[in-house]
Formats: sequence, structure tokens, C-alpha cells
Amino acid sequence: MNYLERRVIHGMLLLVGVSVLCFAFAALAPGNFFDEMKLNPQISPATVAALRSQYGIDQPLPLRYGRWVRSVIRGEWGYSFAYNCPVRSLLMVRARNTLLLTTLATLLTWLIAIPLGVWTANRRGRWDDRMGMAGSALLLAVPELVVAMLLLYWVVRTHGLPVGGMVSVDFDVLGKQAKLIDLALHLVIPTTTLVLASLPLLVRHIRASVVEVLQAPFVQAARAHGIGGARLLFRYALPAAANPLSSLFGLSVGALLSSSLLVEVITAWPGLGPLLLEAAMARDIYVVVGAVMASAFFMIAGSILADILLVVADPRIRLGSL
Amino acid sequence: MRNAQRILAALAVLGALHLVILLAGFVAPYDPAAQNRDFPFAPPTRIHFVDAYGRAHLRPFIYSLSVRSDTVNEYEEARDKSYPVRFFIQGPAYKLAGLLPLHVHLFGVEGPAQIFLAGTDGYGRDQFSRILYGGQISLAAGLLATGISLLLGLVVGCVSGFYGRWIDESAMRLVELFLVLPWLYFLLAVRSFLPLNISPTQTFLLLVAVIGTIGWARPARLVRGIVLSAKGRKYVIASRGFGASEYYILRRHVLPHTYGVLLTQAALLVPQYVVAEVTLSFLGLGLSEPAPSWGNLLANLQQYNVLISYWWMFAPALALVIVSLGYLQLANAVHELQSGSI
Repeated sequence: MNYLERRVIHGMLLLVGVSVLCFAFAALAPGNFFDEMKLNPQISPATVAALRSQYGIDQPLPLRYGRWVRSVIRGEWGYSFAYNCPVRSLLMVRARNTLLLTTLATLLTWLIAIPLGVWTANRRGRWDDRMGMAGSALLLAVPELVVAMLLLYWVVRTHGLPVGGMVSVDFDVLGKQAKLIDLALHLVIPTTTLVLASLPLLVRHIRASVVEVLQAPFVQAARAHGIGGARLLFRYALPAAANPLSSLFGLSVGALLSSSLLVEVITAWPGLGPLLLEAAMARDIYVVVGAVMASAFFMIAGSILADILLVVADPRIRLGSL
Repeated sequence: MRNAQRILAALAVLGALHLVILLAGFVAPYDPAAQNRDFPFAPPTRIHFVDAYGRAHLRPFIYSLSVRSDTVNEYEEARDKSYPVRFFIQGPAYKLAGLLPLHVHLFGVEGPAQIFLAGTDGYGRDQFSRILYGGQISLAAGLLATGISLLLGLVVGCVSGFYGRWIDESAMRLVELFLVLPWLYFLLAVRSFLPLNISPTQTFLLLVAVIGTIGWARPARLVRGIVLSAKGRKYVIASRGFGASEYYILRRHVLPHTYGVLLTQAALLVPQYVVAEVTLSFLGLGLSEPAPSWGNLLANLQQYNVLISYWWMFAPALALVIVSLGYLQLANAVHELQSGSI
């Protein structure tokens, strides 16, 4: 697993780079969390100054970065001024919720996109392919913001589903099965939005790469051997088309995380999105850095996962050859 | 041939749209900031062709709006007097494209009636006018940010691909860093490090700079690839043999190869950046009231009662979708023209 190790080390280096980049941008910040306090007449300037030096706000950038690295090593990931606790405890819960939402959305999107993409590729130029392409072009032009608002509009008009948050108010008193159902119902709106937002691009890419494979000589040979229909498409054509798709997987994770941020804010899903937005408004910089690092981590993990999947899917690729 | 037609169609739609938004003052019947406190959340004005006696009119007309008795925000038409829609009518003063002071508007009605094509918002401001003026800000942000991204991408990509060695190495590491971050997370983070309470003009420039700076990495990588492959072509080597300077080769033989990619990237980036501005303003980190932008127009929908009662507040979304659709079709057609249809 030499290749995998190299990928992991590369990913960790990238994370270090991201943290440096974050601190470099943070150095541009003209204000900080304690500026608001100065305006409060009940807090004396001495208290503000003491707080500033306690959190090391007035130190130069390299020193602050050093402090932050030490705190990462201790497993604290910096300190949140607004919540008055280590960032890690905030991040873990939020990251778990985001991960739940995005994993589900990713799985569903690919489960829907692969058959659709393969099907439209097979029916290339016919009426159903054209309709699929026109539909995906239209859906592609609708920003996830609008998709989410339209879905919300529909739901609040019909009262069909719970909106907002992750669970209902009475969640704690529910039974085990009722808890799961409650969670699932709350997942419907954000997941649907994410799937609708990421589906069109994926279908188009899968279609394009399968179309290319279907023109290859080995497909003709397979047809001549009497292999056709679904077996040809999914057993022979799809694995051969997997290579460009695996790099697409990494990209789609990034796009999905971005959409997820917005959807979480709109539907009040307690994930990284609302946390980052709050922290951005309050200049709670270590929370901002932590949330960005978490998102970068998901993205790197996603692309490594995609490479592993590629090795599984495409018989032409073996780890030794990479 | 079909591709060329598609490009022309997309260009025509986009051109018309941009022209309308550039000439917002002329097309919009009212000032975007003019409030009608008597008509909050008035629905889109109905345009009639047939009057109360069943007679058809060639010139469309409207009825003036009145608040239904014993309600606050339900409206009915006062059918006793009709107001024909007039074209090239005198109205509130404005500056055409920010330069030419004028009074004439494309359409409108004579007072006291008012025509609200897309309804009004909570302050009774005409939403149609606000969408047009807001489009100026949203589109300008998208276009300028795209310019910044492409310029940065072109410079870094060219230098990196052409000069190679450690410049290339370090530039590409930086590109990787920018690409590994989900763009909205990155955008919010960078925005959070910048001042919040500044004048609208400063906010606008800041937004453009932030959005533009974040997206340079992908164009840079694409341009670098093209420069690398162009650099090894035989005519470039020949030209070098004839004693051409590096700058000459870059400008004369290498740069023209990048135009196609830049064009496709531009058509892809503009809608993305318009959406980026809309998203930031929607989240309250972009332009704030009273300056209209598609983002803070849509932000009205975040109030529950607006979302369920006033469907016309979705109108800015329609404008956004049309712009995205136009640019994406253009990008598709240009891309297929270059690579041969799939």
C-alpha cells in the first residue's frame, strides 16, 4: 500500500498548508472578537486588554500560529471566544451532522446518477436522452439556494414534512424507532436539495464518459459475442468509464460540501455551515479555521476514497502500477 | 453549424438581458428605493385587455390598487377607473447607465395608479425595478470577479507553464491548496476576516476582490497545461531558433492557444460568481439594504411569513436562473465547438 501511504502523507501536508493559508488570511483581519467588547461600557478597557493577552490576540502571527499548533497537538483545536470552550468539542458534533447529511446525499446522488447517466448514454440522441439532457441543463442553472427555498415553500404550504433542525422538540422522549423516523423525516428536505443540486452535473459527466467507452472496439467485440443490454452497460462499459469519474468524485464532494453549507443554514441543520456562518459574523477566528480545516479534511478524504474505489472498480488499474 | 446557431442564440439572449439591466433606469418604471408604505407586499399588478363591459382594448390597461376594507395587507382592484399602460412616459428622474440624466421610462401608468410587474416588498418598493437595479450590482460583481480570476489565472498559468522549474513547482502547490477547499467554506472564511461595517461601494469592491481571488486556481491550472503543450510545438522551437525573444514567443505563439479555454472558463465562472455574490448577500455577508442585489432581494424569503404568503418574492430567482441558463448554454456550445461534439 505504498501509494496509499503517499496519498495520506500528501493529504496531511495539504492540511498543514491550508492552516497556514487560513492564518495568513486571518492576519488581514482588521478587527477581532474583542472589538465589540470595547464598545460595552460595562467592560473596562483593562479587562479587554487582559482577555486579549490571555488569548494571545496581540501577539504576532507566527507566535499565534505556534500557539494554535500546540493546541491542535493537545487536541483542542484552538479556543472559541463566543462559546468559551475548546473548538474541538464544537466541531466534532457539527462535523458529524454534516458528515451524515453529505454522505447520505453523495450515496443517493451516485445511486441515481449512474443508472441515469448510463441509460442516457446508451440512448444517445433519442428522445429520452434529449429530454434528460434538457432537464439536466435546466436543473444545472437553478442555484441550490433557489432549489432549497422552493422546496421549503412547498413544504410549508403542504405541511407534509418537518422543517428546520435535525430532530423534533420531543425527540428525547421518543422510542428508538420513533427517533430514527423523526431523524429521517428531518433529513428529507436537505438531502433532496443536495441531490437535486449535484445530480445534473454528475449525470452529464457519467453520460459523456460512457458514450466515449461505448465507441471503443472492445464494446463492439462484446456485442459480437452476444453480450448486450444491462450486462454490457454495467459490467463492461461502466468500469471502463470509471477513471474520469473517480476524479469527478473528489470534485463532487467539494461542490456538495459547499452546497451543504448553504442548505444547512437555510434548513437550520446543525452542521458545520451554521457554525461557520455564526463564527464568521462574530470573528471567532479559531472556529472559522477549524471549520475550514474540517471541510478540507473531508475533501481530501473524499478524493483518497475515490482512488480506492477506482482500484476496486477498474480491473486495468492495480496499485503497483500507480 | 448547429453549434454556431446555439452560440448565437445564447449570445442574443445574454446580450438582450445585459442591455436591459444596463439600461435599468429606462426599463424600470420607478426608483428602486421609492417606498409606498400604503402598499406593502402588493401582488403583481394584473394587466387587462378586456374591461368591465366586456369590450376588448388594444392598449393594455390596469386598475389602481386599494386595500380591502377591514384588512391590512389584502388588496383589490378599484374597477371604477382604468389606467392605460403608456410607453415612453415621463416619470421619476434617473441617470441612464449612471451617466445621462433622463425622465423618460419605457412604460408606466399615469398616477395615482401604479404598476408593479413583480409586486412590491415589505416597504412597498416596486420589485421589478429593484430586480433590474439589483441585476446591475449582481452581474457587475460576477463579471468583474471573473475578470480578476481569469487575469490571475492567465498570469500564473503562463509564468508557471512557460518558465517551469521552481516557479512552476511552487505555483502548482499553491493551486492545490486553493483547490482542496470547498469554495463556499473558503469564501465565508475569507469574508469573515474582512471588515463588515463599511460603505456599500467598499463592500461591493471587497466582494468582487474576494470572489475573484478565490477562483483563480482552476483557470491557472488549465492555462498552464495548454502553455506546457504549446511550448513544445515545433514552430515554437523553430521560432526560438530564429532568435525570437521569450516574451515574443509567449505573446505570439503561446497565448493564442489559451483563448478558447479562457472563453469557456469565463462562461462557466460568470454565473458561478453571480451566484456567489447572491449567496453572500443572502447570508448577510454581502451587500446590505437599501442597495438592491439579487441576494438581498431573495433574503426576504428567509422570513417565514414572506415565504408562505408572497410567492412573487421568488421573482429575483427567475432572473438568476435565466442568467445562469444563458451562460451555461454558451459555455456548453463553445466547449463542444472546440472539442468536437460528444
